[in-house]
Amino acid sequence: MRMQTTGGKTRRQLYEDRLRRRSLLIAGGSTALVILAIFILVPMAPGWEKVQKSFFNKEVFLKTFPKLLDAFLLDVAIFAWCAPLIAILGLAVALMRDVRAPALFPLRIFGALYTDIFRGVPVVLTVYLIGFGIPGLGLPRPWNSPYIWGSLALILTYSAYVAEIFRSGITSVHQSQRAAAQSLGLAERDVMLFVVLPQAIRRVVPAQMNMLIALQKDVALLSFIGPVEIFRQAGVFKSLLANFTPYVGAAVIFLCVTIPATRYADYLMNKQNRERS
Amino acid sequence: MKTLILTTGLALALSATSAFAAGHCAADKTLTDGKITFATGNPAYYPWVMDDAPESGKGFEAAVAYAVAEEMGFAADDVVWVRSSFDEAIQPGVKNFDLNMQQYSITPERDEVVDFSSPYYAAPMAVLAGPNVIETAPTLEALKALKWGAVGTTTAVTVLTDAVQPTSDLLLYGDNADVNAAIQANQIDAALYDLPTALYLSAVVIEGSKVIGQFDASASGDGDEFGMLMEDGNPLKTCVDEALAALTESGKLGAIEAEWLQQTTGVPLVK
Repeated sequence: MRMQTTGGKTRRQLYEDRLRRRSLLIAGGSTALVILAIFILVPMAPGWEKVQKSFFNKEVFLKTFPKLLDAFLLDVAIFAWCAPLIAILGLAVALMRDVRAPALFPLRIFGALYTDIFRGVPVVLTVYLIGFGIPGLGLPRPWNSPYIWGSLALILTYSAYVAEIFRSGITSVHQSQRAAAQSLGLAERDVMLFVVLPQAIRRVVPAQMNMLIALQKDVALLSFIGPVEIFRQAGVFKSLLANFTPYVGAAVIFLCVTIPATRYADYLMNKQNRERS
Repeated sequence: MKTLILTTGLALALSATSAFAAGHCAADKTLTDGKITFATGNPAYYPWVMDDAPESGKGFEAAVAYAVAEEMGFAADDVVWVRSSFDEAIQPGVKNFDLNMQQYSITPERDEVVDFSSPYYAAPMAVLAGPNVIETAPTLEALKALKWGAVGTTTAVTVLTDAVQPTSDLLLYGDNADVNAAIQANQIDAALYDLPTALYLSAVVIEGSKVIGQFDASASGDGDEFGMLMEDGNPLKTCVDEALAALTESGKLGAIEAEWLQQTTGVPLVK
Protein backbone atom coordinates (compact mmCIF):
# COMPACT_ATOMS: atom_id res chain seq x y z
CA MET A 1 0.00 0.00 0.00
CA ARG A 2 1.18 3.52 -0.81
CA MET A 3 1.09 6.33 1.67
CA GLN A 4 1.46 10.11 1.43
CA THR A 5 2.26 10.29 -2.27
CA THR A 6 1.97 13.34 -4.48
CA GLY A 7 1.95 12.79 -8.21
CA GLY A 8 3.20 9.26 -7.69
CA LYS A 9 6.34 10.32 -5.74
CA THR A 10 7.39 9.23 -2.29
CA ARG A 11 8.46 11.71 0.33
CA ARG A 12 12.02 10.59 -0.10
CA GLN A 13 11.88 11.31 -3.84
CA LEU A 14 10.37 14.74 -3.21
CA TYR A 15 13.17 15.53 -0.78
CA GLU A 16 15.77 14.46 -3.30
CA ASP A 17 14.12 16.58 -6.02
CA ARG A 18 14.27 19.58 -3.75
CA LEU A 19 17.91 18.92 -3.01
CA ARG A 20 18.69 18.63 -6.71
CA ARG A 21 16.87 21.88 -7.50
CA ARG A 22 18.77 23.64 -4.79
CA SER A 23 22.20 22.52 -5.97
CA LEU A 24 21.27 23.37 -9.55
CA LEU A 25 20.34 26.89 -8.45
CA ILE A 26 23.59 27.30 -6.55
CA ALA A 27 25.68 25.98 -9.44
CA GLY A 28 23.85 28.23 -11.90
CA GLY A 29 24.19 31.24 -9.62
CA SER A 30 27.93 30.83 -9.04
CA THR A 31 28.58 30.27 -12.77
CA ALA A 32 26.58 33.38 -13.64
CA LEU A 33 28.54 35.36 -11.05
CA VAL A 34 31.89 34.28 -12.51
CA ILE A 35 30.77 35.08 -16.06
CA LEU A 36 29.45 38.45 -14.93
CA ALA A 37 32.75 39.18 -13.22
CA ILE A 38 34.67 38.36 -16.40
CA PHE A 39 32.42 40.32 -18.74
CA ILE A 40 31.98 43.35 -16.51
CA LEU A 41 35.20 43.61 -14.51
CA VAL A 42 37.74 42.83 -17.26
CA PRO A 43 36.49 45.54 -19.64
CA MET A 44 36.69 47.96 -16.69
CA ALA A 45 40.47 47.46 -16.50
CA PRO A 46 42.32 50.55 -17.76
CA GLY A 47 44.24 48.73 -20.50
CA TRP A 48 41.30 46.75 -21.82
CA GLU A 49 40.75 48.86 -24.93
CA LYS A 50 44.35 48.44 -26.04
CA VAL A 51 44.29 44.72 -25.35
CA GLN A 52 41.02 44.34 -27.18
CA LYS A 53 42.39 46.24 -30.14
CA SER A 54 45.49 44.10 -30.49
CA PHE A 55 44.08 40.68 -29.54
CA PHE A 56 40.36 40.75 -30.29
CA ASN A 57 40.13 43.03 -33.27
CA LYS A 58 37.01 42.14 -35.23
CA GLU A 59 38.16 43.72 -38.49
CA VAL A 60 41.50 41.94 -38.45
CA PHE A 61 39.80 38.71 -37.49
CA LEU A 62 37.35 38.78 -40.39
CA LYS A 63 40.08 39.81 -42.82
CA THR A 64 42.52 37.04 -41.88
CA PHE A 65 40.23 34.18 -40.92
CA PRO A 66 39.54 32.81 -44.44
CA LYS A 67 43.26 32.64 -45.23
CA LEU A 68 43.94 30.98 -41.88
CA LEU A 69 41.34 28.34 -42.69
CA ASP A 70 43.10 27.74 -46.01
CA ALA A 71 46.42 27.33 -44.22
CA PHE A 72 44.78 24.99 -41.73
CA LEU A 73 44.04 22.57 -44.58
CA LEU A 74 47.80 22.01 -44.81
CA ASP A 75 47.85 21.09 -41.11
CA VAL A 76 45.03 18.65 -41.69
CA ALA A 77 46.84 17.10 -44.65
CA ILE A 78 50.11 16.66 -42.74
CA PHE A 79 48.16 15.21 -39.83
CA ALA A 80 46.28 12.84 -42.12
CA TRP A 81 49.37 11.26 -43.62
CA CYS A 82 51.37 11.23 -40.39
CA ALA A 83 48.79 9.62 -38.07
CA PRO A 84 48.50 6.18 -39.77
CA LEU A 85 52.27 5.93 -40.20
CA ILE A 86 52.77 6.81 -36.54
CA ALA A 87 50.31 4.09 -35.51
CA ILE A 88 52.06 1.48 -37.65
CA LEU A 89 55.62 2.40 -36.62
CA GLY A 90 54.57 2.79 -32.97
CA LEU A 91 53.02 -0.66 -32.91
CA ALA A 92 56.07 -2.16 -34.62
CA VAL A 93 58.41 -0.64 -32.02
CA ALA A 94 56.13 -1.82 -29.20
CA LEU A 95 56.21 -5.36 -30.59
CA MET A 96 59.98 -5.11 -30.96
CA ARG A 97 60.27 -4.39 -27.27
CA ASP A 98 58.13 -7.40 -26.45
CA VAL A 99 59.96 -10.11 -28.43
CA ARG A 100 60.92 -12.94 -26.17
CA ALA A 101 63.18 -15.09 -28.33
CA PRO A 102 66.78 -14.79 -27.05
CA ALA A 103 68.16 -14.55 -30.58
CA LEU A 104 66.10 -11.40 -31.19
CA PHE A 105 67.49 -9.59 -28.16
CA PRO A 106 69.15 -6.90 -30.38
CA LEU A 107 65.63 -5.92 -31.50
CA ARG A 108 64.65 -5.29 -27.89
CA ILE A 109 67.71 -3.13 -27.35
CA PHE A 110 66.96 -1.21 -30.53
CA GLY A 111 63.35 -0.64 -29.48
CA ALA A 112 64.41 0.63 -26.06
CA LEU A 113 67.07 2.92 -27.53
CA TYR A 114 64.63 4.25 -30.09
CA THR A 115 62.01 5.23 -27.52
CA ASP A 116 64.63 6.68 -25.18
CA ILE A 117 66.18 8.88 -27.84
CA PHE A 118 63.10 10.17 -29.60
CA ARG A 119 61.16 10.79 -26.41
CA GLY A 120 64.13 12.60 -24.89
CA VAL A 121 65.04 14.92 -27.75
CA PRO A 122 62.91 18.08 -28.17
CA VAL A 123 60.59 17.77 -31.19
CA VAL A 124 61.90 21.06 -32.62
CA LEU A 125 65.43 19.72 -32.73
CA THR A 126 64.30 16.55 -34.49
CA VAL A 127 62.36 18.64 -36.99
CA TYR A 128 65.40 20.84 -37.72
CA LEU A 129 67.87 17.98 -37.78
CA ILE A 130 65.88 15.79 -40.13
CA GLY A 131 64.15 18.60 -42.03
CA PHE A 132 67.36 20.45 -42.95
CA GLY A 133 70.01 17.84 -42.23
CA ILE A 134 68.99 14.96 -44.47
CA PRO A 135 68.10 17.13 -47.51
CA GLY A 136 71.43 18.92 -46.92
CA LEU A 137 73.22 15.69 -47.77
CA GLY A 138 72.47 16.44 -51.40
CA LEU A 139 69.15 14.81 -52.27
CA PRO A 140 67.62 15.89 -55.59
CA ARG A 141 64.22 17.54 -55.79
CA PRO A 142 61.49 16.67 -54.99
CA TRP A 143 63.01 14.19 -52.52
CA ASN A 144 64.48 16.96 -50.37
CA SER A 145 61.06 18.50 -49.71
CA PRO A 146 60.59 19.83 -46.18
CA TYR A 147 57.14 18.23 -46.19
CA ILE A 148 58.61 14.74 -46.49
CA TRP A 149 61.41 15.10 -43.97
CA GLY A 150 59.48 17.29 -41.56
CA SER A 151 56.72 14.71 -41.51
CA LEU A 152 59.28 11.97 -40.92
CA ALA A 153 60.56 13.90 -37.89
CA LEU A 154 57.05 14.06 -36.46
CA ILE A 155 56.47 10.38 -37.22
CA LEU A 156 59.70 9.31 -35.50
CA THR A 157 59.03 11.38 -32.39
CA TYR A 158 55.39 10.52 -32.01
CA SER A 159 55.79 6.82 -32.73
CA ALA A 160 58.20 6.66 -29.78
CA TYR A 161 55.45 7.90 -27.45
CA VAL A 162 52.77 5.82 -29.13
CA ALA A 163 54.98 2.72 -28.89
CA GLU A 164 55.26 3.13 -25.13
CA ILE A 165 51.48 3.43 -24.83
CA PHE A 166 50.98 0.30 -26.92
CA ARG A 167 53.55 -1.48 -24.80
CA SER A 168 51.72 -0.54 -21.61
CA GLY A 169 48.60 -2.02 -23.19
CA ILE A 170 50.42 -5.22 -24.13
CA THR A 171 51.88 -5.72 -20.67
CA SER A 172 48.49 -5.06 -19.08
CA VAL A 173 47.17 -8.28 -20.63
CA HIS A 174 47.76 -10.84 -17.93
CA GLN A 175 50.45 -13.46 -18.45
CA SER A 176 47.92 -16.23 -17.68
CA GLN A 177 46.09 -15.41 -20.92
CA ARG A 178 49.20 -16.06 -22.97
CA ALA A 179 49.75 -19.29 -21.09
CA ALA A 180 46.15 -20.34 -21.66
CA ALA A 181 46.34 -19.54 -25.37
CA GLN A 182 49.58 -21.45 -25.71
CA SER A 183 48.09 -24.44 -23.93
CA LEU A 184 45.32 -24.39 -26.53
CA GLY A 185 48.02 -24.88 -29.14
CA LEU A 186 48.32 -21.32 -30.54
CA ALA A 187 51.71 -20.35 -31.91
CA GLU A 188 53.57 -17.45 -30.30
CA ARG A 189 52.65 -15.22 -33.25
CA ASP A 190 48.98 -16.12 -33.08
CA VAL A 191 48.87 -15.55 -29.34
CA MET A 192 50.00 -11.98 -29.92
CA LEU A 193 47.78 -11.45 -32.95
CA PHE A 194 44.52 -12.97 -31.72
CA VAL A 195 44.70 -12.82 -27.92
CA VAL A 196 46.96 -10.06 -26.66
CA LEU A 197 46.78 -7.29 -29.29
CA PRO A 198 42.99 -7.03 -29.59
CA GLN A 199 42.69 -6.46 -25.84
CA ALA A 200 45.80 -4.29 -25.60
CA ILE A 201 44.79 -1.94 -28.38
CA ARG A 202 41.27 -1.55 -27.05
CA ARG A 203 42.60 -0.63 -23.63
CA VAL A 204 44.89 2.13 -24.87
CA VAL A 205 42.52 3.81 -27.32
CA PRO A 206 41.68 6.71 -24.96
CA ALA A 207 45.36 7.33 -24.24
CA GLN A 208 46.13 7.26 -27.97
CA MET A 209 43.37 9.81 -28.57
CA ASN A 210 45.33 12.20 -26.40
CA MET A 211 48.39 11.62 -28.58
CA LEU A 212 46.33 12.45 -31.66
CA ILE A 213 45.27 15.73 -30.10
CA ALA A 214 48.87 16.56 -29.21
CA LEU A 215 49.99 15.68 -32.74
CA GLN A 216 47.34 17.95 -34.20
CA LYS A 217 48.98 20.86 -32.42
CA ASP A 218 52.58 19.82 -33.02
CA VAL A 219 52.02 19.71 -36.78
CA ALA A 220 52.57 23.47 -36.50
CA LEU A 221 56.24 22.76 -35.70
CA LEU A 222 56.76 21.99 -39.38
CA SER A 223 56.50 25.72 -40.01
CA PHE A 224 60.05 26.02 -38.65
CA ILE A 225 61.42 24.47 -41.82
CA GLY A 226 59.30 26.31 -44.36
CA PRO A 227 55.73 25.09 -44.90
CA VAL A 228 53.29 27.95 -44.47
CA GLU A 229 50.72 26.29 -42.27
CA ILE A 230 48.27 28.08 -40.01
CA PHE A 231 50.78 29.06 -37.31
CA ARG A 232 53.21 30.64 -39.80
CA GLN A 233 50.39 32.30 -41.72
CA ALA A 234 49.13 33.85 -38.47
CA GLY A 235 52.71 35.01 -37.74
CA VAL A 236 52.94 36.66 -41.16
CA PHE A 237 49.68 38.48 -40.54
CA LYS A 238 50.90 39.47 -37.09
CA SER A 239 54.00 41.20 -38.48
CA LEU A 240 52.09 42.67 -41.38
CA LEU A 241 49.23 44.14 -39.35
CA ALA A 242 51.11 44.53 -36.03
CA ASN A 243 48.19 42.79 -34.37
CA PHE A 244 47.87 39.51 -32.46
CA THR A 245 44.29 38.76 -33.48
CA PRO A 246 45.36 36.29 -36.22
CA TYR A 247 46.81 34.06 -33.48
CA VAL A 248 43.45 34.17 -31.73
CA GLY A 249 41.85 33.18 -35.02
CA ALA A 250 44.26 30.25 -35.32
CA ALA A 251 43.48 29.24 -31.73
CA VAL A 252 39.74 29.27 -32.49
CA ILE A 253 40.28 26.94 -35.44
CA PHE A 254 42.43 24.61 -33.35
CA LEU A 255 39.88 24.58 -30.54
CA CYS A 256 37.11 23.69 -32.97
CA VAL A 257 39.02 20.49 -33.66
CA THR A 258 40.62 19.68 -30.32
CA ILE A 259 37.62 20.25 -28.04
CA PRO A 260 35.36 17.69 -29.73
CA ALA A 261 38.31 15.31 -29.95
CA THR A 262 39.05 15.70 -26.24
CA ARG A 263 35.40 15.21 -25.31
CA TYR A 264 35.33 12.07 -27.46
CA ALA A 265 38.43 10.74 -25.70
CA ASP A 266 36.77 11.44 -22.33
CA TYR A 267 33.67 9.61 -23.48
CA LEU A 268 35.70 6.59 -24.54
CA MET A 269 37.58 6.60 -21.26
CA ASN A 270 34.37 6.75 -19.20
CA LYS A 271 32.77 4.04 -21.27
CA GLN A 272 35.77 1.82 -20.69
CA ASN A 273 35.77 2.50 -16.97
CA ARG A 274 32.09 1.59 -16.76
CA GLU A 275 32.69 -1.64 -18.66
CA ARG A 276 35.53 -2.61 -16.37
CA SER A 277 33.78 -1.93 -13.11
CA MET B 1 96.52 76.23 -65.85
CA LYS B 2 94.50 79.09 -67.16
CA THR B 3 91.65 76.84 -68.27
CA LEU B 4 91.57 75.20 -64.86
CA ILE B 5 91.14 78.51 -63.10
CA LEU B 6 88.57 79.49 -65.64
CA THR B 7 86.45 76.36 -65.21
CA THR B 8 86.70 76.55 -61.43
CA GLY B 9 85.56 80.14 -61.59
CA LEU B 10 82.71 79.19 -63.86
CA ALA B 11 81.61 76.35 -61.57
CA LEU B 12 81.74 78.66 -58.56
CA ALA B 13 79.68 81.23 -60.38
CA LEU B 14 77.11 78.65 -61.42
CA SER B 15 76.67 77.21 -57.95
CA ALA B 16 76.92 80.60 -56.28
CA THR B 17 73.21 81.23 -55.89
CA SER B 18 72.32 77.96 -54.20
CA ALA B 19 75.64 77.79 -52.36
CA PHE B 20 75.15 81.18 -50.88
CA ALA B 21 71.65 80.54 -49.60
CA ALA B 22 72.44 77.10 -48.19
CA GLY B 23 75.91 78.15 -46.95
CA HIS B 24 74.21 80.75 -44.89
CA CYS B 25 72.18 78.04 -43.26
CA ALA B 26 75.20 75.99 -42.16
CA ALA B 27 77.29 78.99 -41.06
CA ASP B 28 78.52 78.83 -37.43
CA LYS B 29 76.86 75.48 -36.97
CA THR B 30 79.77 73.17 -37.76
CA LEU B 31 82.58 72.10 -35.44
CA THR B 32 85.19 74.15 -37.32
CA ASP B 33 83.99 77.29 -39.00
CA GLY B 34 84.03 77.01 -42.77
CA LYS B 35 84.68 73.25 -42.70
CA ILE B 36 82.37 70.31 -42.34
CA THR B 37 83.50 67.15 -40.58
CA PHE B 38 82.19 63.76 -41.68
CA ALA B 39 82.87 60.51 -39.82
CA THR B 40 82.95 57.07 -41.33
CA GLY B 41 83.81 53.60 -40.12
CA ASN B 42 87.27 52.34 -39.38
CA PRO B 43 87.73 50.67 -41.76
CA ALA B 44 84.96 51.74 -44.12
CA TYR B 45 83.66 49.08 -46.46
CA TYR B 46 82.76 48.52 -50.10
CA PRO B 47 80.37 49.55 -51.62
CA TRP B 48 79.82 52.38 -49.13
CA VAL B 49 83.37 53.73 -49.29
CA MET B 50 85.81 52.42 -51.90
CA ASP B 51 89.27 51.28 -50.78
CA ASP B 52 88.75 52.73 -47.30
CA ALA B 53 89.50 56.19 -48.74
CA PRO B 54 86.49 58.49 -48.29
CA GLU B 55 88.57 61.52 -49.41
CA SER B 56 88.36 60.18 -52.96
CA GLY B 57 84.58 60.67 -52.95
CA LYS B 58 84.25 57.14 -54.30
CA GLY B 59 81.70 54.76 -52.89
CA PHE B 60 78.06 55.49 -52.15
CA GLU B 61 78.37 57.18 -48.76
CA ALA B 62 81.49 59.13 -49.68
CA ALA B 63 79.77 60.42 -52.80
CA VAL B 64 76.65 61.38 -50.86
CA ALA B 65 78.79 63.19 -48.28
CA TYR B 66 80.46 65.34 -50.94
CA ALA B 67 77.15 66.02 -52.65
CA VAL B 68 75.52 67.12 -49.39
CA ALA B 69 78.54 69.28 -48.50
CA GLU B 70 78.40 70.95 -51.89
CA GLU B 71 74.69 71.53 -51.53
CA MET B 72 75.32 73.23 -48.19
CA GLY B 73 77.98 75.45 -49.74
CA PHE B 74 81.20 73.70 -48.74
CA ALA B 75 83.89 73.14 -51.31
CA ALA B 76 85.35 69.65 -51.61
CA ASP B 77 88.49 70.94 -49.84
CA ASP B 78 86.42 71.98 -46.83
CA VAL B 79 85.27 68.44 -46.17
CA VAL B 80 87.21 66.86 -43.30
CA TRP B 81 87.08 63.13 -42.59
CA VAL B 82 87.44 61.46 -39.22
CA ARG B 83 86.87 57.86 -38.16
CA SER B 84 84.54 56.61 -35.47
CA SER B 85 83.44 53.21 -34.30
CA PHE B 86 79.84 52.27 -34.89
CA ASP B 87 78.82 51.94 -31.23
CA GLU B 88 80.73 54.97 -30.00
CA ALA B 89 78.78 57.21 -32.36
CA ILE B 90 75.34 56.06 -31.19
CA GLN B 91 76.20 56.80 -27.55
CA PRO B 92 74.89 60.09 -26.18
CA GLY B 93 77.38 62.92 -25.68
CA VAL B 94 79.67 65.36 -27.46
CA LYS B 95 80.89 64.26 -30.89
CA ASN B 96 84.09 64.90 -32.83
CA PHE B 97 82.14 65.04 -36.10
CA ASP B 98 79.31 67.02 -37.60
CA LEU B 99 77.81 64.11 -39.48
CA ASN B 100 78.45 60.38 -39.33
CA MET B 101 77.67 57.98 -42.14
CA GLN B 102 78.00 54.24 -41.52
CA GLN B 103 74.73 52.75 -42.71
CA TYR B 104 72.94 53.81 -39.55
CA SER B 105 69.38 52.56 -39.67
CA ILE B 106 67.00 55.13 -38.28
CA THR B 107 65.21 53.67 -35.28
CA PRO B 108 63.03 55.41 -32.68
CA GLU B 109 65.26 54.12 -29.85
CA ARG B 110 68.42 55.58 -31.39
CA ASP B 111 66.60 58.77 -32.22
CA GLU B 112 66.18 59.43 -28.51
CA VAL B 113 69.93 59.76 -27.85
CA VAL B 114 71.20 61.13 -31.15
CA ASP B 115 69.69 62.95 -34.13
CA PHE B 116 69.26 61.58 -37.62
CA SER B 117 68.97 63.44 -40.90
CA SER B 118 66.13 62.44 -43.17
CA PRO B 119 67.06 59.15 -44.87
CA TYR B 120 69.60 59.28 -47.69
CA TYR B 121 69.01 55.67 -48.62
CA ALA B 122 66.20 53.16 -48.28
CA ALA B 123 67.54 49.63 -48.47
CA PRO B 124 65.71 47.89 -51.29
CA MET B 125 64.80 44.21 -51.36
CA ALA B 126 67.31 42.08 -53.22
CA VAL B 127 67.26 38.56 -54.62
CA LEU B 128 69.80 36.20 -53.08
CA ALA B 129 70.06 33.27 -55.49
CA GLY B 130 71.33 29.87 -54.44
CA PRO B 131 74.29 28.21 -56.24
CA ASN B 132 72.07 26.42 -58.80
CA VAL B 133 70.21 29.44 -60.12
CA ILE B 134 72.75 32.28 -60.20
CA GLU B 135 72.28 32.54 -63.98
CA THR B 136 68.62 33.55 -63.63
CA ALA B 137 67.80 36.77 -65.46
CA PRO B 138 66.70 39.69 -63.27
CA THR B 139 63.20 39.83 -64.74
CA LEU B 140 59.92 39.20 -62.94
CA GLU B 141 59.12 36.57 -65.55
CA ALA B 142 62.23 34.52 -64.76
CA LEU B 143 61.95 35.05 -61.00
CA LYS B 144 58.37 33.72 -60.94
CA ALA B 145 59.60 30.23 -61.81
CA LEU B 146 61.98 29.99 -58.84
CA LYS B 147 61.22 28.24 -55.58
CA TRP B 148 61.12 31.11 -53.08
CA GLY B 149 61.83 31.47 -49.40
CA ALA B 150 61.89 34.41 -46.99
CA VAL B 151 61.78 35.32 -43.33
CA GLY B 152 58.10 35.25 -42.41
CA THR B 153 58.15 38.37 -40.26
CA THR B 154 59.64 40.73 -42.88
CA THR B 155 58.09 42.82 -45.63
CA ALA B 156 59.83 40.47 -48.08
CA VAL B 157 56.68 38.33 -47.87
CA THR B 158 54.53 41.15 -49.21
CA VAL B 159 56.94 41.87 -52.06
CA LEU B 160 56.95 38.20 -53.00
CA THR B 161 53.19 37.67 -52.92
CA ASP B 162 52.34 41.01 -54.56
CA ALA B 163 55.15 41.69 -57.03
CA VAL B 164 56.80 38.36 -57.84
CA GLN B 165 53.81 36.02 -57.45
CA PRO B 166 55.85 32.82 -57.70
CA THR B 167 54.25 29.81 -59.35
CA SER B 168 55.16 27.36 -56.56
CA ASP B 169 54.31 27.79 -52.88
CA LEU B 170 56.39 30.15 -50.77
CA LEU B 171 58.34 28.65 -47.89
CA LEU B 172 58.66 30.93 -44.88
CA TYR B 173 61.10 30.72 -41.98
CA GLY B 174 61.69 32.18 -38.55
CA ASP B 175 65.05 33.87 -39.14
CA ASN B 176 67.94 34.34 -41.58
CA ALA B 177 69.78 31.24 -40.38
CA ASP B 178 66.84 29.00 -41.26
CA VAL B 179 66.48 30.55 -44.72
CA ASN B 180 70.19 29.98 -45.33
CA ALA B 181 69.91 26.36 -44.22
CA ALA B 182 67.03 25.88 -46.68
CA ILE B 183 69.12 27.38 -49.52
CA GLN B 184 72.01 25.13 -48.63
CA ALA B 185 69.70 22.11 -48.50
CA ASN B 186 68.46 23.14 -51.96
CA GLN B 187 64.90 23.27 -50.68
CA ILE B 188 64.53 26.79 -52.04
CA ASP B 189 66.23 28.47 -55.00
CA ALA B 190 66.23 32.05 -53.84
CA ALA B 191 65.41 34.27 -50.91
CA LEU B 192 64.47 37.91 -50.59
CA TYR B 193 66.52 40.13 -48.24
CA ASP B 194 67.32 43.81 -47.97
CA LEU B 195 70.29 44.60 -50.20
CA PRO B 196 73.01 45.07 -47.53
CA THR B 197 72.04 41.78 -45.84
CA ALA B 198 71.90 39.99 -49.19
CA LEU B 199 75.36 41.28 -50.16
CA TYR B 200 76.78 40.19 -46.82
CA LEU B 201 75.19 36.73 -46.93
CA SER B 202 76.32 36.02 -50.48
CA ALA B 203 79.88 37.21 -49.78
CA VAL B 204 80.40 35.59 -46.39
CA VAL B 205 77.78 33.01 -45.44
CA ILE B 206 76.40 31.03 -48.38
CA GLU B 207 79.08 29.67 -50.66
CA GLY B 208 78.34 29.95 -54.37
CA SER B 209 75.34 32.21 -53.96
CA LYS B 210 74.91 35.52 -55.74
CA VAL B 211 72.76 38.64 -55.45
CA ILE B 212 71.12 38.68 -58.88
CA GLY B 213 68.73 41.60 -58.68
CA GLN B 214 67.28 44.36 -56.56
CA PHE B 215 63.80 45.77 -56.46
CA ASP B 216 62.95 49.43 -56.71
CA ALA B 217 63.24 50.74 -53.13
CA SER B 218 59.83 52.40 -53.34
CA ALA B 219 58.24 48.98 -53.94
CA SER B 220 59.20 47.53 -50.58
CA GLY B 221 57.59 50.23 -48.46
CA ASP B 222 58.91 50.42 -44.93
CA GLY B 223 62.35 48.94 -45.39
CA ASP B 224 65.49 49.88 -43.54
CA GLU B 225 66.33 53.55 -43.94
CA PHE B 226 69.83 54.95 -43.46
CA GLY B 227 70.28 58.41 -42.02
CA MET B 228 73.26 60.64 -41.22
CA LEU B 229 73.88 60.59 -37.51
CA MET B 230 74.61 63.73 -35.49
CA GLU B 231 74.70 64.91 -31.93
CA ASP B 232 71.29 65.21 -30.28
CA GLY B 233 69.83 68.66 -30.92
CA ASN B 234 72.43 69.58 -33.54
CA PRO B 235 71.19 72.78 -35.30
CA LEU B 236 72.76 71.50 -38.51
CA LYS B 237 69.90 69.02 -38.95
CA THR B 238 67.57 71.36 -40.83
CA CYS B 239 70.36 72.33 -43.26
CA VAL B 240 71.23 68.69 -43.92
CA ASP B 241 67.59 67.75 -44.42
CA GLU B 242 67.16 70.64 -46.86
CA ALA B 243 70.27 69.60 -48.75
CA LEU B 244 69.10 65.98 -48.96
CA ALA B 245 65.65 67.07 -50.11
CA ALA B 246 67.24 69.21 -52.84
CA LEU B 247 69.49 66.32 -53.93
CA THR B 248 66.53 63.95 -54.07
CA GLU B 249 64.51 66.42 -56.09
CA SER B 250 67.28 67.07 -58.60
CA GLY B 251 67.75 63.33 -59.07
CA LYS B 252 71.39 63.59 -58.01
CA LEU B 253 70.93 61.23 -55.07
CA GLY B 254 69.31 58.68 -57.36
CA ALA B 255 72.21 58.97 -59.79
CA ILE B 256 74.76 58.40 -57.00
CA GLU B 257 72.80 55.36 -55.84
CA ALA B 258 72.66 53.95 -59.37
CA GLU B 259 76.39 54.49 -59.81
CA TRP B 260 77.60 52.94 -56.57
CA LEU B 261 74.92 50.49 -55.48
CA GLN B 262 73.69 49.14 -58.80
CA GLN B 263 76.59 49.45 -61.25
CA THR B 264 79.46 48.89 -58.83
CA THR B 265 77.87 45.99 -56.95
CA GLY B 266 76.66 44.59 -60.27
CA VAL B 267 73.19 44.05 -58.83
CA PRO B 268 70.76 45.17 -61.55
CA LEU B 269 67.26 46.45 -60.98
CA VAL B 270 64.60 43.77 -61.41
CA LYS B 271 62.37 44.60 -64.37
